[in-house]
Amino acid sequence: MTPSHTVRTAGRSRVRRLAGALHRRPRLRLSLLLTAPLLWLAVLYLGSLAVLFVSAFWTTNSFTSEVVKVWSTDNFEALFTTPVFRQVIWRSIGVALAVTALCAVIALPIAFYTARVARPRWRPLLVVAILTPLWASYLVKVYAWRLILSEGGLADWLLAPLGLDGPGYGLTAAVVTLTYLWLPYMILPIHTALEQLPDNLLDASADLGARPGRTLRSVVLPVVLPSVAAGSVFTFSLSLGDYITVQIVGGKTQLIGNLVYSNIELNLPMAAALGTVPVVVIVVYLLAMRRTGALSSL
Amino acid sequence: MEAPAVRLQGLRKSFGETTAVSGVDLEIGDGEFFSMLGPSGSGKTTVLRMIAGFETPTAGRIELAGQEVTGLAPFERDVHTVFQDYALFPHMTVEQNVAYGLKIRKVPRAQRRARAREALAGVRLEKFADRRPAQLSGGQRQRVALARALVGRPRLLLLDEPLGALDLKLREQMQVELKAIQREVGITFVFVTHDQEEALTMSDRIAVFNEGRIEQVGTPAEVYEKPATPFVAGFVGTSNLLTHEAAQRIVGRPGVYSVRPEKIHVLTGGAAVTPAAEPDRITADGTVAEVVYLGDATRFLVDLDAGGRLTALQQNLETSSEDVAALRGARVRLQWQQRHTFRVPDAV
Repeated sequence: MTPSHTVRTAGRSRVRRLAGALHRRPRLRLSLLLTAPLLWLAVLYLGSLAVLFVSAFWTTNSFTSEVVKVWSTDNFEALFTTPVFRQVIWRSIGVALAVTALCAVIALPIAFYTARVARPRWRPLLVVAILTPLWASYLVKVYAWRLILSEGGLADWLLAPLGLDGPGYGLTAAVVTLTYLWLPYMILPIHTALEQLPDNLLDASADLGARPGRTLRSVVLPVVLPSVAAGSVFTFSLSLGDYITVQIVGGKTQLIGNLVYSNIELNLPMAAALGTVPVVVIVVYLLAMRRTGALSSL
Repeated sequence: MEAPAVRLQGLRKSFGETTAVSGVDLEIGDGEFFSMLGPSGSGKTTVLRMIAGFETPTAGRIELAGQEVTGLAPFERDVHTVFQDYALFPHMTVEQNVAYGLKIRKVPRAQRRARAREALAGVRLEKFADRRPAQLSGGQRQRVALARALVGRPRLLLLDEPLGALDLKLREQMQVELKAIQREVGITFVFVTHDQEEALTMSDRIAVFNEGRIEQVGTPAEVYEKPATPFVAGFVGTSNLLTHEAAQRIVGRPGVYSVRPEKIHVLTGGAAVTPAAEPDRITADGTVAEVVYLGDATRFLVDLDAGGRLTALQQNLETSSEDVAALRGARVRLQWQQRHTFRVPDAV
């Protein structure tokens, strides 16, 4: 036996011993696997959220904009009492809901086509086509929409024959652009659900006397609904947190994100207080969606 | 004469290049329990799906109770189906599943509820009305599917291997129940299965399918005792064929003959002196190649001196597992009555 051979078998047997020891201690194995990611989650994610929340109770020196670490609920009071803040918060929630509703309405027929109508060998290609926009830079896409919506741009030109003007820059433009941006996140879960919908459920419905429209209403949509809710978690939270799109195509429109952004320099604690609003709204939204069973189909 | 419940004429179905069903003619009588038996891929399920309307025939004609339905959609036919994996709607309760067909036919709510409850009671599931299908066992789901198909009182019920996913005990119990339900409601049942025992125990008549064609239609006794083709002889029961040379030497005539395993006596040792000349008995000597102990019976695989191999089934009336195990490799004499030998028409 050559020396190197001996070394290698010795090394291998050590690895085997270690593997065996770990196999007999499932708890140790699990903690070794999970420690790093749990630390990441706890320190970086939850930690920064906690800092955000705590700093929302601080104040600033109104002359120097220096943060003063004095406990106060003034910022949250301002949130609920200042009309501008209240208006912006409700507008942001409205935009997120509108984007979500539009995404659902557009995604359902597209997903139905890609998952059930298109020939099976084309389906993967169609899914790739739906995902392709996600590979492009967010900014590039938003600026493309700025061009489309510009005065005399594509939108104006397309709507001119109908005697209409394009929406121009503003709230509508922001909703349209956000809908375009987040649409893939809605199509994908619905596509998956429709693809997994067993054919024989449709057969059974027809067999019991249901015409196709009835089957769609009574069988397909209810079975797909949790996936729509799952997709809406993406479209809703992504819309609620967005501020760049609004800046680029929204004209003078302001959403929560814009307020956070504009307060960061002057009044960091106020920005933090504003920043907790979407967090709270999304937690409420997630709790609502959990009741539909959406989270188990994510 | 009354029109048959189902009449199929020259029915064909191709999927692209492959032919699933190549020319099926069949009449199924009103109130019959009719089984379509065959291996997987023999076209039996495709025929069932064409009767239900899920597939459109490539050629041929389908009549239900004298009315042509060939081109009609499933929701235009008075036929309900019990699917192989039940196809219960996961988002509805058991009762909603059962009442679905009634709801579509706009049966008033109160009546709908009453009939759904009644149908569930018929399959002894009234306590589970408010559960979801996912909360039921396989056998319970199967019964829900049955109740859902029966509650609309169709003229014809199609069953696509409904017992395939159940374990043996439950399957045997459901066989008895299905037959009882069929007798009670008096609806024509068309039952697809690959299990020959299931077909034999439940059916009034059986059609044996092979490669997209019907090999034989007959009562269980006819199909079992007088198989029309070597395929039927092999598929229904154990293939026990005596081919040309062996047939000439044992039966005394040329051709292909078959005898069922349970008709054969296995005579060992001293018993082998039974005179071979008895005119109504056929005798063949051989060596036991394999002994399979089945509990209530023993299966012997015997290599015949004349060539070929026969399977013989013996009840373990007075023998134990040790006794039969000792017979492996022993010389035995097989004997059966002349009338249990039947000639199998050669395959063309």
